[in-house]
Amino acid sequence: MSVTRESEALSGHGLDVARIRADFPVLHKPVNGKRLAFLDSGASAQKPQCVIDAERECYESYYANIHRGVYQLSQRSTQAYEGVRPIVQRFIHAADEREIVFVRGATEAINLVAQSFVRPKLNPGDEILITEMEHHANIVPWQMIAEETGAKVVVAPIFDNGELDMAAFRERLTARTRFVSVVHVSNTLGTINPVEEIITLAHERDIPVLVDGAQSAPHMPVDVQAMGADFYCFSAHKTYGPSGVGVLWGKLEHLEAMPPYQGGGDMIRTVSFEKTTYAAPPQRFEAGTPNIAGTIALGTALEYIESVGREAISAHEHGLLEYGMEALAEIDGMRFIGTAEHKAGVISFVLEGAHPHDMGTILDMEGIAVRAGHHCTQPLMTRYGVPATVRASFGMYNDRDDVDQLVGGLRRVKEFFG
Amino acid sequence: MSDLRELYQEVILDHNKQPRNFHGVDPHDHEADGYNPLCGDKIHLELRLDDGGRIEDIGFNGDGCAISTASASIMTEVVKGKTVDEARSMFDRFHYLVTDESAQPDPSLGKLGVLAGVRDYPMRVKCATLAWHTLQAALENKGEISTE
Ligand SMILES: Cc1ncc(COP(=O)(O)O)c(C=O)c1O
Repeated sequence: MSVTRESEALSGHGLDVARIRADFPVLHKPVNGKRLAFLDSGASAQKPQCVIDAERECYESYYANIHRGVYQLSQRSTQAYEGVRPIVQRFIHAADEREIVFVRGATEAINLVAQSFVRPKLNPGDEILITEMEHHANIVPWQMIAEETGAKVVVAPIFDNGELDMAAFRERLTARTRFVSVVHVSNTLGTINPVEEIITLAHERDIPVLVDGAQSAPHMPVDVQAMGADFYCFSAHKTYGPSGVGVLWGKLEHLEAMPPYQGGGDMIRTVSFEKTTYAAPPQRFEAGTPNIAGTIALGTALEYIESVGREAISAHEHGLLEYGMEALAEIDGMRFIGTAEHKAGVISFVLEGAHPHDMGTILDMEGIAVRAGHHCTQPLMTRYGVPATVRASFGMYNDRDDVDQLVGGLRRVKEFFG
Repeated sequence: MSDLRELYQEVILDHNKQPRNFHGVDPHDHEADGYNPLCGDKIHLELRLDDGGRIEDIGFNGDGCAISTASASIMTEVVKGKTVDEARSMFDRFHYLVTDESAQPDPSLGKLGVLAGVRDYPMRVKCATLAWHTLQAALENKGEISTE
């Protein structure tokens, strides 16, 4: 059985799940005496041994603050840290490594763009266009600057299946629209948005676009130049790297024209009490001592993803999505939230008679880690008239056993809430 | 970890399916809304005190998980007819029961004892106490509480 499954995985997608699973120590630690079925990579992914080692090795053998000391440790740390920029550049096909800004995560990246790029351009009555499926991280920063400037956040609606209503989106692109910010892949619905089309439409009116790639970077090939975006961002912890690190990519011409986001050390050229001049991008946006070892480990994580193959990961997760949707559809009272045609490996659902939180607890007892809640997308919960959903999201290490375990866990839910 | 049956006892499942006092109270002199942002549990509580300061009638509605719904339902049953101070003291003992590992069964809590299993699930304690926090807010005319 396991042999056929392995060969099926190999021939089907060129991805050897058993070997990948062996790289992730936590997957082999039982939970409540049960095999762990980790189905919450959408919230944060587990870490392969090489990432854990990279961070430890930095601390054990060459850690020092970067961009300062003339001594060797500092040089090595600086080299390792700066060496991650070209890795990220390759990972998202950026034109120039100076376009890669290290931040704390997708949230900080969006706030940075809101404050430094968009806010100075806003006048009362101006509009920022987002979609109904945004994560709170791509809603609240816009509301904050809108409130301060008298601008307005405009929301493009979605259809019941979770796809963006493109006609409605087009209508909302007006002479007042100053910026568009859209999620590439919805963390709640799994919808893959037609970002190229969105960007083309916006650019016809000279409106810059940010693509929130928190859920696309870990799961599919990304080419920011082909996409045409002005900004793109993601978080390391969802790409099998450490938490507290992330990437903002922006076109160099934009970054060069932007004022700093935070002031401090490392982002300056010269400081005097009369006048301070700022460093060029990306340093201009990296004030203070960053998460050095974490950033280095991000590089390792991205290389790990590349070594597995992003097409292969995407195909593998898509296979699990189809298998999972089919298996879950067999369960009585199942309602999927998000059934877009182009979907990533995310299955959100509610089950008649069982509250998502009760499901979460029962599934946990069965060794199944899923997210039960609003997934930081409260407007979506309102849109679908549910207080919360259960969400199973796939990573490269998931296999059909995980899905089968989830189905078994839901049968257990039925014993209590049948 | 204990058995799920300890958590989801029949009494709880029953109160979840058919919550008691699941209605508004007309007229009422106290009300409050409780919200648990973590799981989205929402409850609206209304009650009327009689001249002697006893809870004459109490009802709730809302939308929550089995634990929060059953807890609210059982709470309305047990506090009806109690004085405000008696209700407060019950909350203290109930809170102790669902949070303290060493808590012994407390016969004076009656039916509330079925919720004791919650203490093995720290993430769910707030579900069990939401109704009680809301009751407290209603009695103090706070109007709204959130468990975070
Ligand atoms: C689509 C999306 N955008 C933004 C974020 C925020 O990411 P972080 O919390 O890592 O900053 C998330 C994380 O859940 C997400 O899924």
